[in-house]
Amino acid sequence: METELNTVKEEIICFHCGDVCPDEQIKTGDKYFCCSGCRTVYEILNENNLCNYYTLDSAPGLKQNTPVSKNKFEYLDDEKIISKLLDYSDGNFSKVTFILPQMHCSSCVWLLELLYKFSSGVTDSKVNFLKKEIYISFKKQEVSLRQVVELLTSIGYEPEINYENIKDKTKRADDKSIYYKIGIAGFVFANIMLLSFPEYLSLNPSDKQLKQFFSYVNVALSLPVLFYCSSGYFISAFQGIRKKIINIDFPLSLGITALYLRSLYEIFINSSPGYLDSFAGLLFLLLLGKLFQNKTYDTLNFERDYKSYFPISVTKIKNGLEKVIPLSDLAKGDRIVVRNNELIPADSILFSGQGNIDYSFVTGESDITIKTCGETVYAGGKHLGQAIELEVIKEVSQSYLTQLWNNNYPKMEERGITSLVNTASKYFTISILVIASLSFIYWAGININTAVNAFTSVLIIACPCAFAMSTPFTLGSTLRIFGKNKFYLKNIFVIELLAAVNAFVFDKTGTITQSGNSNVEYSGGVLSEYEKSLVKSIVKNSTHPLSVKINNYMAEVKNESVLNYKEFPGKGIEGLVDDRLIKIGSDKFVGVNETADEGKIGVKKSSKVFVKIDDEIKGHFAICNDYRNGLSEVISSLKKKYKLFLLSGDNNDEMEQLSGIFPAASELYFNQSPSDKLNFIKKLQSGGNRVLMIGDGLNDAGALLQSDVGISISENVSNFSPACDAILDAGSFKKLSVFIEFAKTSLTIIKVSFAVSFLYNLAGLVVAVQGMLSPLFAAVLMPLSSVSVVVFATVSTNYTAKRKGLI
Amino acid sequence: MSVIAVLICFSLLVALGFLAAFLWAVKSGQFEDKYTPSIRILFDDVKETKKD
Repeated sequence: METELNTVKEEIICFHCGDVCPDEQIKTGDKYFCCSGCRTVYEILNENNLCNYYTLDSAPGLKQNTPVSKNKFEYLDDEKIISKLLDYSDGNFSKVTFILPQMHCSSCVWLLELLYKFSSGVTDSKVNFLKKEIYISFKKQEVSLRQVVELLTSIGYEPEINYENIKDKTKRADDKSIYYKIGIAGFVFANIMLLSFPEYLSLNPSDKQLKQFFSYVNVALSLPVLFYCSSGYFISAFQGIRKKIINIDFPLSLGITALYLRSLYEIFINSSPGYLDSFAGLLFLLLLGKLFQNKTYDTLNFERDYKSYFPISVTKIKNGLEKVIPLSDLAKGDRIVVRNNELIPADSILFSGQGNIDYSFVTGESDITIKTCGETVYAGGKHLGQAIELEVIKEVSQSYLTQLWNNNYPKMEERGITSLVNTASKYFTISILVIASLSFIYWAGININTAVNAFTSVLIIACPCAFAMSTPFTLGSTLRIFGKNKFYLKNIFVIELLAAVNAFVFDKTGTITQSGNSNVEYSGGVLSEYEKSLVKSIVKNSTHPLSVKINNYMAEVKNESVLNYKEFPGKGIEGLVDDRLIKIGSDKFVGVNETADEGKIGVKKSSKVFVKIDDEIKGHFAICNDYRNGLSEVISSLKKKYKLFLLSGDNNDEMEQLSGIFPAASELYFNQSPSDKLNFIKKLQSGGNRVLMIGDGLNDAGALLQSDVGISISENVSNFSPACDAILDAGSFKKLSVFIEFAKTSLTIIKVSFAVSFLYNLAGLVVAVQGMLSPLFAAVLMPLSSVSVVVFATVSTNYTAKRKGLI
Repeated sequence: MSVIAVLICFSLLVALGFLAAFLWAVKSGQFEDKYTPSIRILFDDVKETKKD
């Protein structure tokens, strides 16, 4: 292995990040680095005696390719911003939480938790690896927030600080009450069961007082369950009635109340044991169901809007002076400076400089638009190249793109689907009340005691616990199975919406086309192996999406060391390899002469990257979009049952190809603006359709929010994705139609479990109407029915998933 | 027979202790991050320096 490394001159691995070093220029001692950024990080760690970092994982660092400008974090000196970012602060100590997207291995955890070694002002730092969060406590007097952020940045972990962080912090308060409730209900359930053993075993304690004592202890134990654990059901039932809806919580509350009152009556009046064991067990099981349905994904965020990636500050120019102000203070008419790699925060007019605006964020396309003075640039674009000056013409929230969020979108509950459970529970409740009253009337003439017994027994035994649990367990399992297939739903209600969909709307770029695996084609003068290696050596250094694609295209080619490598953002790259000047980039950058080099240019249709070696233009790489794997299969399986539409922000170049894939009946629309897309969805919905929108970029955001189910597709699910109901990993796109079918199956399973639980209820009712409900019978029947329904729901969901090839 | 009542009181007290421990554990966030501690435990010699 070692000899092999030595024979190939270039194979020097960067000690920090593990990338291949372009040359031997950058080194400290015997360690080589790929860039000065990596070396700086190494030196900082070395100074602080923290080189253990490199022993935990080999080359754990991340490439440091974007040098951070000195005043980038100037805004962190602003008191207003500081107070919004801090979690807690008193006279001495401050606490802050940051998201560090770069965190990726155990070395990161080790290093970040030793932050106090770098600065005495930092007292403690703790990492949550899955959430990629770090919690830092520091002494205000010794170190400022800005210094903490700069420290993190200097060791390669630049915190993600955006507009959303400072706008609202409430989402961080996690709701733990479900765990408290389950803990308490479980505790009470177990203890009441224990104290009810003599009763279960029909032991007749000679000591009557002892029996009483057990009962009283049970009552005391059950109080927190009644008042704390079951509070959610009562509240929800009450809210439902206020909106004139009988939801599932209504018959549940009714059953719980009847069960409890009857137990109190039995214990205090009849001196018999009551049903408190069933009561606590019921609540325990119900709460478990609730916990099961609330599967959340730590690293995913379904609520993101433009705020989550807009910067929190901008550089404003006033009277010739630059000043960093919070984004929220930006007003119409302000003059601002946008530097290389910065986002344009609001619609503006270009005032000076040349704008190379990359809207890939917004549209998902890798094209760069060139803007000159006087032209309008839209918020959301990223500027590449020399700093430009802009005059803001619209406020941040009123810009072309951001105003998409000013609409009122239908909330989950308002999307018109009365959930299956609530529909069923309405009829269920009515029939239970009728049966209970009938049996009361029947017995009232004979024996008023039995009549009351029968009435309450019916309410108790008909308490739809099995019924209420089939939904969370079926949908909860479905949600998990989808998760295993990299289809992440926001919550279980999305499954019901999915099953009801009848129209599919696709976005084009980034959704049905693949950005990662484009077709790269070279045309022009033939490149020899030697020339290929020259080209590869240059593109390897660039992180521009097109360079990366060309680099992947030439994966097999060897590379040489590069001198004088330069990147011209928005134009191209150049460098000296083996004393030959290589230029790679746009036609203008390499100086293509339309007439002279005609044969080498071809038709302008896709992104083109030209290659120039010394003075000769060799040819170009054409990078065209490729349709996603399995697209035609997905379309052909969907077209039988659903209406299909395509909305593209692009021109109709690909019309021909696409109409070959989409069935004749589907409609394809091109040149659609974000609000066109939104309005199209609205139009479909007003025609009575249930619309599933699948898109990726911010330009689909409005449509995703408006649709019944908005699915955001992403190559890497932890990357940015606009607000949606579900996030789909690009690799699972081909399973889309299977997912829809599976959602439908889950709903069928729920219906079957309803039937099963109904049979249990019927059996119980036969006993109950006779007024002969023994505590033991109740204590056995209720958990038995619940558990068997849960088992049925979970097993059948997993079985069908297996048959459909999802697990 | 009353000795049973006393014993039951004791057993309940013990159980309550465990319940309190559980509630405290949830409250102090011990169930929030189930992954990082598994990495952290490997850094034993760092932990020692951290304590002083």
